[in-house]
Amino acid sequence: MVKLIINQRPVEVAEGTTLLDAAAQLGIRIPTLCYLKDINEVGACRVCLVEVEGVDRLVAACNNVCEEGMVVRTDTARVRAARRANVELILSQHHTACTTCVRDGSCRLQAVARELNVTNPVDEVDARPLKWDAGLPLIRDDSKCVQCFRCVNECDKVQDLRVWDILGTGRHSRVGLAQGRGSLTDMCSLCGQCITHCPTGALSARDDTDRFYEALYDPEKITVVQVAPAVRSAYGESIGLTPEQATEGRMAAAIKALGVDYVFDTNFSADLTIMEEGSELLEYLKNRKSSYPMFTSCCPGWVRFMKLRYPDMVTQLSTAKSPQQMFGAVTKSYFAQKIGVDPSKIFSVSIMPCSAKKYECDVPELNDAAHVEPGYPGMKDVDLVLTTRELSRLLRQIDVAALDEMPFDSPLGSGTGAAVIFGRTGGVMEAALRSAYYMVVGKNPDPETFCAMRADHSLPVYADAWREAEYDVAGTKVRVAVASGLGNAGRLIDAIRRGDVQYDFVEIMACPGGCAGGGGQPIHDGVEMAAGRADILDALDVNNPIRYSHENPDVVALYKEYMEKPLSEKAHHLLHTNQVDWTL
Amino acid sequence: MSRLQVIHDSAMTSAIKQLYEDSVRRSKAAPAGNCPVGQCAAYAWQCLSQTCGKCVPCRVGLTRVAQMLDAIEAGTAKPGCVGEIERLLNTAADSADCAIGYAAADALRGAVKAIRAELEAHVAGGGCTAEFEAVPCMGGCPAHVDIPGYIALTRAGRYADAVRVIRQDNPFPAACALICEHPCEAVCRRGMIDSPVNIRGIKRSAIEGAGVVPPPECLPRTGKKVAVIGGGPSGLTAAYFLQRMGHQADVFEQRAQLGGMMRYGIPRYRLPNAYLDADIQAILDTGVTAKLNCSVDGAAFNQLKADYDAVYIAIGAHAANSLGIEGENAEGVLSAVELLRAMGDNDKPDFAGKRVVIVGGGNVAMDCTRTAMRLGAKTVTCVYRRRKEDMTALVEEVDGAIAETCELMTMMAPVRIETDAEGKVAALIVQPQIPGAYDRGRPKPVRAERDEVRVECDIVVAAIGQAIDSEAFAAEGIPTRRGRIQAKDSCAVDEGALVFSGGDCASGPSTVIRAVEAGKTAAANIDEALGFCHKLPRDVEIPWAANRVPGPTGRVDLPERPAAERKDDFTLMEGCMTHQEMLQECSRCLRCDHHGMGSVKGGRESW
Repeated sequence: MVKLIINQRPVEVAEGTTLLDAAAQLGIRIPTLCYLKDINEVGACRVCLVEVEGVDRLVAACNNVCEEGMVVRTDTARVRAARRANVELILSQHHTACTTCVRDGSCRLQAVARELNVTNPVDEVDARPLKWDAGLPLIRDDSKCVQCFRCVNECDKVQDLRVWDILGTGRHSRVGLAQGRGSLTDMCSLCGQCITHCPTGALSARDDTDRFYEALYDPEKITVVQVAPAVRSAYGESIGLTPEQATEGRMAAAIKALGVDYVFDTNFSADLTIMEEGSELLEYLKNRKSSYPMFTSCCPGWVRFMKLRYPDMVTQLSTAKSPQQMFGAVTKSYFAQKIGVDPSKIFSVSIMPCSAKKYECDVPELNDAAHVEPGYPGMKDVDLVLTTRELSRLLRQIDVAALDEMPFDSPLGSGTGAAVIFGRTGGVMEAALRSAYYMVVGKNPDPETFCAMRADHSLPVYADAWREAEYDVAGTKVRVAVASGLGNAGRLIDAIRRGDVQYDFVEIMACPGGCAGGGGQPIHDGVEMAAGRADILDALDVNNPIRYSHENPDVVALYKEYMEKPLSEKAHHLLHTNQVDWTL
Repeated sequence: MSRLQVIHDSAMTSAIKQLYEDSVRRSKAAPAGNCPVGQCAAYAWQCLSQTCGKCVPCRVGLTRVAQMLDAIEAGTAKPGCVGEIERLLNTAADSADCAIGYAAADALRGAVKAIRAELEAHVAGGGCTAEFEAVPCMGGCPAHVDIPGYIALTRAGRYADAVRVIRQDNPFPAACALICEHPCEAVCRRGMIDSPVNIRGIKRSAIEGAGVVPPPECLPRTGKKVAVIGGGPSGLTAAYFLQRMGHQADVFEQRAQLGGMMRYGIPRYRLPNAYLDADIQAILDTGVTAKLNCSVDGAAFNQLKADYDAVYIAIGAHAANSLGIEGENAEGVLSAVELLRAMGDNDKPDFAGKRVVIVGGGNVAMDCTRTAMRLGAKTVTCVYRRRKEDMTALVEEVDGAIAETCELMTMMAPVRIETDAEGKVAALIVQPQIPGAYDRGRPKPVRAERDEVRVECDIVVAAIGQAIDSEAFAAEGIPTRRGRIQAKDSCAVDEGALVFSGGDCASGPSTVIRAVEAGKTAAANIDEALGFCHKLPRDVEIPWAANRVPGPTGRVDLPERPAAERKDDFTLMEGCMTHQEMLQECSRCLRCDHHGMGSVKGGRESW
């Protein structure tokens, strides 16, 4: 332990504790901007400065550690002047447009400027122009970048894709795409972790809300909305709902209140995914040809990663489409038929915790409903993807708290407890094992049997390398593993390729913690939210009277009325894909 | 008003002079990897700040050049502006009235020519390819040793850990503590404040404090075997890392002892056997085997290729360049290589009472000069055809030799060697030179209109460079050019047959740390070529950087034994810092691994 004095108050901290954390122990807040715990402790913004007795210059609190006997002041005129001057300098190169910026309210620069009471407008702002293809799912606006390097380190250390780099040096240095490896789409998973870890609006997901409204107000269009499992764990965070208010039912009511025709649940197609993927897994294990495991395929960030990094292993992915795409295909075939409308009149909107889903809905190879007789050339299965953040922005005009809860619409609105945990790491695996067990044994396992797949919430969300387990299913040993975060995924795959480990089935989610921590989720600067959201999803699982995908009544009906059975020819046409063919 | 006045420096003049002095120091410590366009622009603006404003090409032309370079750096330049810059520089170089203008234009012309591709890329919007060197000393060290790490460990008294950290990149901590040319110090950021940290001196303290440090565990055996031809710094480095990665490295050394030029080139008063042997023992303790007195000819090379999974050729540069003058075959004429090789095996020639002349101006010439003095020569004279400041030898080596009463005869080119009736050397005849026009950064010696000088002597040692004896390999199809083995930057020579080469035999005669760099590079790429990607752990915890860095403080240099005492023996010449000195020197380290870009990109990653 180390003893020191901060603002004349003694404090004792563990060795290696930063000045920032030591001050926090005393309830002393030191403003930070570039700092991101463990990921980006670089001292670039020079905002978290403090005075240390005996040290000539001001010291950054974020990346300097306490020493025995240190005397620290965080509240002197010198400290205040330097912090403020540095924030003013940052603002002098920042395109300050808070009123129209998507990060208004969650922007760290805005918060720091307020905290330091920086009220003098900067005379001449010298911000760089935005130079970016506005059509990409991920938008980088250089005019708002403060060069904190968070995105660089988040992508390097957590996602291991090294998409962002520091370009050039000196006054013209800037953050941009790593050189020599092509365009964004040539190297990026589009997971959006850089977005959720950006302190400002420099990184964002493409805003598609205008296209949503266009369809909503088009009298010819029937708007059908699906909502991903993880969205319900987070949608209330930035619209002022208490956790008690932010229920699934209120979410359905709010979306309905926007004026859409049908509010359905992606949980339905998550259950459907389990039926297809679980059956595929059993086939895979029966006719095993490769020493590599079968991998889940519902995360488009992960599929992109596999295609980019391990192209020779793409065929190991389950051919089952993601719940989003299964939903789209079912909506424009079975559902259109059921309600007797021309599927091309349906505008299919998906609300996702994800930025990569914006890419996925545009993958031309996924539009299979267009080929259903008599054929609808050019029709997409999913027309539009909105992130949870975009949903929150849409809901600002509605007093959501005042709405009564309402169920999802029928027939694509039911989901089981197995489906809702798709929204957190390990959930797909758990759900798949629950149903695979049933398919083999003929009776349901205890739903808690596979709880080893749940994340260890005592670790930082990105630090949980991978979890593995071995289960006995009617005498057959099934070795499974789960990883989230692409850095972890890469390490797991490298271990598999080296032969260090062997598995039968592996679940990967690109974002640390899974979709709960997705790149499209509401942003709370510097706070990892995945664990808390996972708890919400787990509670929804436990409280759901049905906890097995194969018991979803709408799924059972779909097979009976339309798809026949898992892996049927129809299912192959509509619910499966070959990721090798996907346009990146 | 008086008719004349005595002029004193005003406070302003002194301040500007001080700024210029600081800028010289700062230039020396300039970080590597900054945008070259920005550097050129900054230079142009500095030159402009010195212009008087009279003549047009300097005042207006250089301003336009500086502005355009700024625009190029900012990415806002118009196409064709590089040509325009060249035109303006040609005009200024051709027509400026004084050196302020034309010397600036000359310098910039050279730079612009060299970075033309980079300029064009900036103009085309391709962005800047500059890669900032985050930790200057680590970037300056060819082996990329974690210098801030081991300085912090030494300061903390964790000497053995300091040695472990050095060995992560360089298996010769002891030898390098004594003889490394420390390119790291040249770029030390501390130079911006006062002068570079004495990095090598700190390493010496770590070595002395650590005692014997066993090498780390090797990774599990892979069953692969690599033959290393040559037991010098490069070969042994490759062997060490390959062994640690789990392969079996067998070294084939043509001489009786391992060490290469560290044994057979560097004299013992600079590198005592005990230090070199300690490093080599640690390397052998990993399981590396060495076959001594084993010269590898063409047939043996082919056999090694057949018997091993990969071969690393690191035969060094052990052949001598000849003087090419009359009388060079006389008795009493020998090469530096011969002299130092004999010394390596403790086979001392009899120089007692003799007059010895050394020809050359490099570090090897100094080693011979000082060795001759220690062998009891009556007089030792070092003859060099250029100026003292043009010598490639380290300044401290030259000054050390002079202090040991060796004589330096500069601006003298050897013409012929006169012999006596018995065919023995009688004198070296030299022709005085004058320093002429600059050629590649130093004045070319030109025959002076003075008479030849006769330097009477008994021994002439030619220390004018080494050559590479690679014919046996060339005959087996290994590509060579003027003796040098043609290896890629990856050290690969023949990727199909997994033949690699590096060190002096590929680069030409260079330093120990360069040889270590090649050995390390070869080890990584051989591992890769064998189908692995072993990353050796970097698991020594480095102490946190303290922020208490002293302001301008003198650099502690290592003490040397008095010249009069040391010139007669081969005992280690250089002393070590005291604990007090070591602590002060360590405290001067700015911890660039923690401050500046080092905290963003200076990660201690396994290679």
